[in-house]
Amino acid sequence: MAVVHHEGRSVELASGESVLDGLLRAGIDAPHSCRAGHCQTCLARVVRGDVPVGSQEGLKPTWRALGLFLTCRARPTGDLEMAAPDALGLEVGARIVDVARLSHDVVRLRLTTDAPFEHCGGQFATLVRSDGLARSYSVASLPGRDEFIEMHVRLVTNGAMSGWIARDACVGDRVALRGPAGECFHVPGRREQPLLLIGTGTGLAPLRAIVHDALRDGHTGRIQLVHGALDERGFYLVDELSALAREHANFEYARCMLRGEHLSTTPASPRTSVHVGALDARVRAAFPNLKGWRVFLCGHPELVVALRKWAFIAGAASKDIHADAFVTKPAPLPRTATS
Amino acid sequence: MPSLYEQLGGEPAVAAAVDVFYRKMLTDDRVAHFFDAVDMDGQIAKQKGFLTMVLGGPSNYTGKDMRAGHKHLVARGLNDSHVDVVIEHLGATLAELGVGAAAIAQVAAIANSVRDDVLDRPARTAAAKN
Repeated sequence: MAVVHHEGRSVELASGESVLDGLLRAGIDAPHSCRAGHCQTCLARVVRGDVPVGSQEGLKPTWRALGLFLTCRARPTGDLEMAAPDALGLEVGARIVDVARLSHDVVRLRLTTDAPFEHCGGQFATLVRSDGLARSYSVASLPGRDEFIEMHVRLVTNGAMSGWIARDACVGDRVALRGPAGECFHVPGRREQPLLLIGTGTGLAPLRAIVHDALRDGHTGRIQLVHGALDERGFYLVDELSALAREHANFEYARCMLRGEHLSTTPASPRTSVHVGALDARVRAAFPNLKGWRVFLCGHPELVVALRKWAFIAGAASKDIHADAFVTKPAPLPRTATS
Repeated sequence: MPSLYEQLGGEPAVAAAVDVFYRKMLTDDRVAHFFDAVDMDGQIAKQKGFLTMVLGGPSNYTGKDMRAGHKHLVARGLNDSHVDVVIEHLGATLAELGVGAAAIAQVAAIANSVRDDVLDRPARTAAAKN
């Protein structure tokens, strides 16, 4: 009989018994509600073993790729180790190999890890400093292509981690990575499907990884990237992405800034464009019908939530919308003169 | 006779129907404000459970679940008129999928049977005695 390992406990399943029923019978307080495969309350992740047949029905492709499954539908034939869906992976030691300024408020950090850090480009990981300070950043590099892990760090006023990275972090410094997490990444297949990727600020980091991943996979459908910023200074990786648009006839790169005139002297590249105005108004006008599209949204939390709703109403299937809202930890209040 | 759930094609068909149904709800000003855009995936999962139940698919929802799941919305003013809107969109969604009027009426009757639970009030038969 199959044995399920969960948070240090082992439960032997009866013949034909679901993982959920087995856990509940053993007195484990496993989350659940409908017990019929719809509500997704009982979602869990396979850590070791095969994903039970039929237990991923109805889940997003990205969730399937992550090994998420429904315990109420799972009748494993072999032993299975599982964890809560959001349980972060182990911590891996890492070393800083490069720190570079990408724009006035974005720093690129490159790391190498002591052990392989299994992840998909576009997911995020938590960077842990030697004193325990921890912040999450998206991974902009591609596993299998890049020999380092690249993160784009936005400089936050009084930000503890970003300030340290910008001023004090040195090549060779020891840190750690915890994770990965997040569902913004490319799942190979459906190559003809049009892709729309919209990001603000360092929301560009995961989108860059997804674009590279899709092109590497031989994606043939249109790939539309829209990067939003407050003003022109917020755009970065412009040369790289413009070059990509020159090389790939199915990739288009648009920049949209809230304020200012476009003053750049960069010669216009094919399939690149610059717009001035609100990002959400721009994409609503440019993409009136998203039926059949796969959509990725990363960056400013309120904008991501609003655009996800828009993308769905504009026709994208709920399973094809992947969003990652970047939440910034509030900076500590400045000390007053008396403290 | 197979359930409407099976006739429509089971889980994949209902997953597609939920998108159609939820899109109608989100774009209808009469009910859109009850949906919290932050947890779209969670809400779609719940709608899928609801659609599966009213179509006669595998479901373990109880009246108690329905009460607990909507109490916070009743506190925000959820009433009969909103349940009517849900049933209206449910019917329109099924019609788009090619379901006939008689079957839609049956589904509407099942949806109506949980109305008192959703609105957290005594079952109608009990209410009628008062």
